[in-house]
Amino acid sequence: MSAKEEILSRITSALHDAPHPEPVPRGYRMTSEMPEAGLIDLLVDRLEDYKAHVDVVATRDLPATIAKRLKDATSYVVPHGIDRSWLDTDSLREDTRRLIDAPGAVLSVPELDATSAVLTSSAVSIAESGTIVLDGTPDQGRRAISLVPDHHLCVVPVSSIVQLLPEALPRMDITRPLTWISGPSATSDIELERVEGVHGPRRLDVIIVKGL
Amino acid sequence: MKIALFATCIVDAMYPQTARATVKILERLGHEVIFPAGQACCGQMHINSGYMDEALPVVTNHVKAFEAETYDVAVAPSGSCVASVKHQHPILAERCGDAGLKARAQAVGAKTYELSQLLVDVLGITNAAEQLGSYFPHQITYHPSCHGMRSLKLGDRQLDLLKSVGGIGVADLPEADQCCGFGGTFSMKNADVSSAMLEDKARNVESTGATLCSGGDASCLMHIGGGLSRTKSETTTLHFAEILASTIDEPVSVTGEILVGKAGAR
Amino acid sequence: MSSVFVGMPSIPVFGDGNLHIQEPFPAAAHRELGNTQMRANLRHATHTIRDKRLKVVGELPDWEELRDAGAATKNHVMANLPALLEEFEKNFTARGGVIHWARDADEANRIVSDLVKEQDTTEVVKVKSMATEEIGLNDYLEKEGISAFETDLAELIIQLGHDKPSHILVPAIHKNRTEVRDIFLAEMPNVDPDLTNEPRMLAMAAREHLRRKFLSAKVAISGANFALADSGTLAVVESEGNGRMCLTLPETLITVMGIEKLLPAKEDLEVFMQLLPRSSTGERMNPYTSLWTGVAEGDGPQNVHLVLMDNGRTAALADKYGRTALNCIRCSACMNVCPVYERTGGHAYGSTYPGPIGAILTPLLTGITSEENSSLPYASSLCGACYDACPVKINIPEILVHLRGEDVDSKRGAKKLPTQMDLMMKGSQWAFSSGKNLALLEKGLPLGRLAAGRDKKIKRLPGIAAGWTQSRDIPAPPSQSFRDWWKKEHEPVAASNEQEN
Repeated sequence: MSAKEEILSRITSALHDAPHPEPVPRGYRMTSEMPEAGLIDLLVDRLEDYKAHVDVVATRDLPATIAKRLKDATSYVVPHGIDRSWLDTDSLREDTRRLIDAPGAVLSVPELDATSAVLTSSAVSIAESGTIVLDGTPDQGRRAISLVPDHHLCVVPVSSIVQLLPEALPRMDITRPLTWISGPSATSDIELERVEGVHGPRRLDVIIVKGL
Repeated sequence: MKIALFATCIVDAMYPQTARATVKILERLGHEVIFPAGQACCGQMHINSGYMDEALPVVTNHVKAFEAETYDVAVAPSGSCVASVKHQHPILAERCGDAGLKARAQAVGAKTYELSQLLVDVLGITNAAEQLGSYFPHQITYHPSCHGMRSLKLGDRQLDLLKSVGGIGVADLPEADQCCGFGGTFSMKNADVSSAMLEDKARNVESTGATLCSGGDASCLMHIGGGLSRTKSETTTLHFAEILASTIDEPVSVTGEILVGKAGAR
Repeated sequence: MSSVFVGMPSIPVFGDGNLHIQEPFPAAAHRELGNTQMRANLRHATHTIRDKRLKVVGELPDWEELRDAGAATKNHVMANLPALLEEFEKNFTARGGVIHWARDADEANRIVSDLVKEQDTTEVVKVKSMATEEIGLNDYLEKEGISAFETDLAELIIQLGHDKPSHILVPAIHKNRTEVRDIFLAEMPNVDPDLTNEPRMLAMAAREHLRRKFLSAKVAISGANFALADSGTLAVVESEGNGRMCLTLPETLITVMGIEKLLPAKEDLEVFMQLLPRSSTGERMNPYTSLWTGVAEGDGPQNVHLVLMDNGRTAALADKYGRTALNCIRCSACMNVCPVYERTGGHAYGSTYPGPIGAILTPLLTGITSEENSSLPYASSLCGACYDACPVKINIPEILVHLRGEDVDSKRGAKKLPTQMDLMMKGSQWAFSSGKNLALLEKGLPLGRLAAGRDKKIKRLPGIAAGWTQSRDIPAPPSQSFRDWWKKEHEPVAASNEQEN
């Protein structure tokens, strides 16, 4: 008997006296009606609690805000699908600091390690827990680019914010490689006290964009 | 109301004044108290020690003893024993393959209340001074026992009753929700851990400056009191029933002695 | 759907690995209790996390509903495990992943070792994983000439300190910041000699130490927190980014997971990803969660394996009163609130799984008669704090009691002298199974009162009861039982009152 057959047969045998399980009660909150301003406030509060820096801006101010947040970066990577209008400001338009990661033209791990920042969009955000989900679509790129550089600048369109996790899951394609981010990397491993900044990006800047 | 008293073995044999106080309170309220003579113990010690075969006759005896009488509700001055009657008896009967006993145990369990549950939820007592004449001019603190707090979800019923006693002062116990370390035979099988838990509980009790620590379970109070006694502490323990039973005319001392009245000293 | 069972249930096959305790819990606890520094560290850490957990749990108005949904979902998973495993395998495989099945620890270790060797490397990076801890993978790999580098900060502290984990979430919870600093100074190559004990500095030192490893590793080994059957997706929940590094950068990813980790569908994450972070680190959400479904073209590892492991889980599943222990999502809330764990620490439990969940899971996986594992279910005062804190409502106290019953029953009929506990239980069975017997026994109360002497205290008892009197007195018994008083003094009064009425 193969290991699989044997394990499945052990399980079937183990369950011979198991009662039929009750249906799953789903009495928890699945929908919410929080207005946009409330969602923004809640998400900002949660992200700041995680020690992320948050800007809330109108669409027209996005390029300038990105420029401001990338001011100190000696180089930064963007995924090939990033919305070019986001970079439509003097200091970013013809920016020599910019590296583009694209299928067929991927940056190596050492190249990413030598890059100081990364700019991505995001797929959906959960206000209640301060969580931003990246799903690897062309404006977010493959997972390595938002991991290796030490500074992650992440754009969150207001239309992608929901209050509750149950509202966010229907918006995710679960078979894509997903990364849920709630603040910069952190650890609670020493005396169970939270310290921000370990292996993942130590600096997380979020720009919430109204009108997007 | 006709109320059947389940004294519990430890109160029956070691703390009879707690059961007498329970009777006194209920009679003061005009209820008829009966004592089913066949009762002995809930069997919790056997069950919690893993001696299921030995527990079965004890549980069967309890069910029989309380089936033998007619009454409206049964009451015990112990959260732990009531939790055993309500939750453990049916499980034990099932484990021993006795479906009939399980149903009977469930019926007895459904009619059994812990004292503060009965007083607050059934008899509507919210102010001990006014409704029971309770008077106890001492500074106390209060330990909520685990089984009452977690298995029976008693919440603040005992504490609120105590706070409503005339003349009393109730100091908050730091880390009140922490187990005192009794745990039945745990205190013997894992005596070192149990003692470490007791040490912290006793220190917290003493830190309140109260002259006694009250609670709703004689076993936990014996444990905490035993630890305090060993360290020659001035602080003792007393069941909340005895504090509720104390009145201006028939006061009870901090050590549980009935100071005046026909019932006499213990 | 699950196949129809015909015939007799087979004999449970128990698990192996770091699950057999060599020293009875009371003896190990006695030793650990003497370590005052560790007790202070644990008290500090467990109290910190308790407060954090209560705060974030209190924020959710539907916490109890989430717990109910979590418990019911896991019960559903266990009841439908064969079908869900097959569904998971089909979906994971369809997307380029490779599934391996392992009956026990040894088989799982062998599979992983062979997969590593195929990649022509002698180094792997690891994300913290209870499953690989349980099977002793690192030791196995070492014997095969493969070095495994733990990348979680606490695991790194343990590995550098040649220590053993004492907690499932924070394996180095028994060490304080100064002890961690000293370990780093002694064991970490090229460490800054001026390293302070500030947690931020210690975390930075770990970052420096591991960064080269992450960027150059060819193979990573992980566990998994969840596996979604309907899509073939795996999830790892973490904080530091070491998980993301391991799950993203190497070319080969090998995940080892117990068969009980499945969830039916994506929607179930909406329950469990609310329950887990709040219960474990007391955060609204952990910093990073990674989800992957087989191989993603051009993104992350292109050689992806999953080892599905039994190692005693089917034996636990066969125990009708104990099987819900498999519902555990390894959050560690039970150990953080446990008054016993707080004082003894995790090492006293002698198994990969310490604390209340370990006290039931370990003997369920190995069988109650293995080594000294039968002492574990007694490592609890049954206070119930663990059950209250458990996000999937595992009734740990009830299973502890059940396993005590299994222990006592397993020793019945063995031809040896009864223990003192046996005699005490037999004797009290007689006394407590009839009101008459108890009344007879209570006639001896005045004798006990006499024995207590003038200060009315019993200060020393013989045998197992000496455990009680090591730190507590027993009050002198009363001269009269309640029962006797009722019969002689109260009942006649009540009866005469009735006549008067």
